Amino acid sequence: MQLHDVWFVLIAVLWIGYFFLEGFDFGIGILTKPLARNTTERRVLINTIGPVWDGNEVWLLTAGGATFAAFPDWYATLFSGFYIPLLVILVCLIVRGVAFEYRAKRDGARWQRNWEEAIFWTSLLPAFLWGVAFANIVRGVDIDAQKNYVGGLGDLLNPYALLGGLVTLSLFTFHGAVFAALKTVGEIRERARRAALRAGLAAAVLALVFLVWTQGHSGNGRSLVALVVAVLALVGALAANQLGREGWAFVLSGATIVAAVAMLFLALFPNVMPSTLNDGWSLTVTNAASSPYTLKLMTVVAAVFTPLVLLYQGWTYWVFRKRIGVQHIPGHAPAAPAAPLDRG
Amino acid sequence: MELAIAHETIARWQFGITTVYHFLFVPLTISLAAVVAGLETAWVRTNKEKYFHATKFWGKLFLINIAMGVVTGIVQEFQFGMNWSDYSRFVGDVFGAPLAMEALIAFFFESTFIGLWIFGWDKLPRKIHCACIWMVALGTVLSAYFILAANSWMQHPVGYAIDPATGKAQLTDIAKVLFQNTTLTVVAHTLTAAFLTGAAFMVGISSFHLWKAKRKPETADPKRTASMRTSLRLGLVLAVVFGAGTALSGDELGKVMFEQQPMKMAAAEALWDTQAPAPFSIFAVGDVSKGHNSVELEIPGILSFLAHSDFSSAVPGINDTAAAEAAAHGGDPKDYIPSIFVTYWGFRLMIGFGMTSFLAGLIGLWTTRRKLFLRPEFRTGDTEVPRLMLTPGRELSPLLTRWSWRIGILTMGFPLIANSFGWIFTEMGRQPWAVFGLMTTASAVSPNVGVGTQIGALVTFTTLYAILAVVEVRLLVKYAKAGPVVTEQPPTKDPSLRGPSPDEDADKPLAFAY
Repeated sequence: MQLHDVWFVLIAVLWIGYFFLEGFDFGIGILTKPLARNTTERRVLINTIGPVWDGNEVWLLTAGGATFAAFPDWYATLFSGFYIPLLVILVCLIVRGVAFEYRAKRDGARWQRNWEEAIFWTSLLPAFLWGVAFANIVRGVDIDAQKNYVGGLGDLLNPYALLGGLVTLSLFTFHGAVFAALKTVGEIRERARRAALRAGLAAAVLALVFLVWTQGHSGNGRSLVALVVAVLALVGALAANQLGREGWAFVLSGATIVAAVAMLFLALFPNVMPSTLNDGWSLTVTNAASSPYTLKLMTVVAAVFTPLVLLYQGWTYWVFRKRIGVQHIPGHAPAAPAAPLDRG
Repeated sequence: MELAIAHETIARWQFGITTVYHFLFVPLTISLAAVVAGLETAWVRTNKEKYFHATKFWGKLFLINIAMGVVTGIVQEFQFGMNWSDYSRFVGDVFGAPLAMEALIAFFFESTFIGLWIFGWDKLPRKIHCACIWMVALGTVLSAYFILAANSWMQHPVGYAIDPATGKAQLTDIAKVLFQNTTLTVVAHTLTAAFLTGAAFMVGISSFHLWKAKRKPETADPKRTASMRTSLRLGLVLAVVFGAGTALSGDELGKVMFEQQPMKMAAAEALWDTQAPAPFSIFAVGDVSKGHNSVELEIPGILSFLAHSDFSSAVPGINDTAAAEAAAHGGDPKDYIPSIFVTYWGFRLMIGFGMTSFLAGLIGLWTTRRKLFLRPEFRTGDTEVPRLMLTPGRELSPLLTRWSWRIGILTMGFPLIANSFGWIFTEMGRQPWAVFGLMTTASAVSPNVGVGTQIGALVTFTTLYAILAVVEVRLLVKYAKAGPVVTEQPPTKDPSLRGPSPDEDADKPLAFAY
């Protein structure tokens, strides 16, 4: 395995980490509308990811930065080519981050409702658009001899890509519902399990069609294995959810995302962005990669710091392991024993 | 050709607007993280209530600010690829490395530990909670370091070779990129300026509360006064220390730039012709097309001193430098002259606004002193508003007192203005280069992104940022005006990592919730 192959794997790992973690963040954001019945319940959902969403989002920044360092051409072609979808994602991530932090900073009902509305839409749109983007990467887009994307926005919104968008949207919603069931107590926990069933069934149908379609036009032996694992994990996650095994349901819904994204990357390899105009113009792990010196340097940096990140991020989840319910939301519980320390 | 110019211009406006905007939040984040960490440490060590209240108060303002810093930072990483894809292809091998390190080493640190700090008040033992904000502060400094190393490489490329096969820059020595003198000096200058920014912010807000307590003693709360007095003094000390640091590192950076980018410094001084000794310009109105100034006011010899530490050395002028660059890279000398108006005035506004805050800090630190050179009857206690004293025995007149407090309040944003002009100066002064001597800005843009799309993005970001600015400033004003919540009691019990003990109420509300 050469260094650029290692880096292909590492980039895949970073994106998988991002979709696993921010997947349930997006799902929670989406569920604030269908699942929560009032502001307090919305706050319960938002606070299940409160301490961790920011750290989860850094996986995206690291995936972007690592792509820039290890495959500059991949980074340049992807970001300039998928300009408008990425612009929408950026706007969403900006508003979403601010919405989490500022929602409770004022008491006005309208202020809070507006931010809640923002959290829903800015979670839904990226959850959909990431699927569109990755489906297009795997399917191939119009890339010319200078490695520039020459298609239009319309070309990115093809049926296969739109289906990919629905897959990530439904899968993240499912993952979020399973996470909500795992992290809450009370009535909302039961409802989260029922929502997980509905979202999971939708995800199962959409994902099966999409992954088989992917396997059909760019699959190989390894991607088939990942496909089977993804489908089995999804079925397992649904079953665990029905049995009330919330921990297992979360592990398996996460495994579904891991396997599905891994399948896309396996179907892609050794290309990183295939060209639909001419096979010779495709970006590959060799023609898009940085020099061996940079790859070696970044390998050392990644080998030292990635385990460290996993360690302290894992610790964060352990610190905030306690389930929360409406009674834990400051200012809500009628029988709150003590004044909250900080409502700001 | 015209299209190419439009391409470059719009991409540059977007980069300028989003970057200057992002950098309004960065220096406050860097400095307030460390200040809050210091205050919390003081609370953990001394158990004094005033430190607890100050920690909570500045922490709240810090969080309102960092939220904007984090989200506007994402745009920064994405737009290299979106608007500057040819740049990204050319430099990715070198420039990508510090960016990836920034994400992997600094961003994860910042973002993970900030979550622990915000939500961990009732979950983490005090010392660990305090350690979390130190981690955040460390993350912000590391982040600044890596991104400044990347920027320094654009100012002065080192540790690379051009690959003959692809014509792209390739990294050959990361140590040179991370530790070249450009990087080290810029890091020193930017960090000291960041702390000056936080210092002026603290002085301004504390002055507001103390002046109000002085004017309307009936509304004053001794606890609030105590925490604001501590904050004022801390802010003043930081303003003096880091104001001096900003000046010294700025002088050093100027010397580095005289050597590495003579055009930038000649432009900063509107020095058209090489002179020995060279004068320092106080005021000038020039005419770019004629290549000289029509009006100018100067101090002889000072520029030679700033560049070379003596009063007689020659400093190369704009015309000679442009001719030299044209000889080396081809083309018309005029193409190598940056906007003199922007660089000249940017440089002056940077120094003017920054040093005003330093001076205000110096005067404030003296006039609000506690004991030194002060007759006992004029000394004030911990919970009182300090009297403003120049001499040991006489308070400043009511008029001067009023204006001193007002200046403290009014100058709170001065370093922010200085920072913005500093960046505008250094980036505009490097033009026409994106990477000095290697790649022009015009050849760095994405060739495949339409002008319409670019305009759409520019309008989107500008509108969104303007709306968020209003929201953010209003929140800051609301919380800054409210002052520390002095009714809040410090927690009596140190939380355990094992979670609440069985006798505690399992339904206790969260210490903090969104």
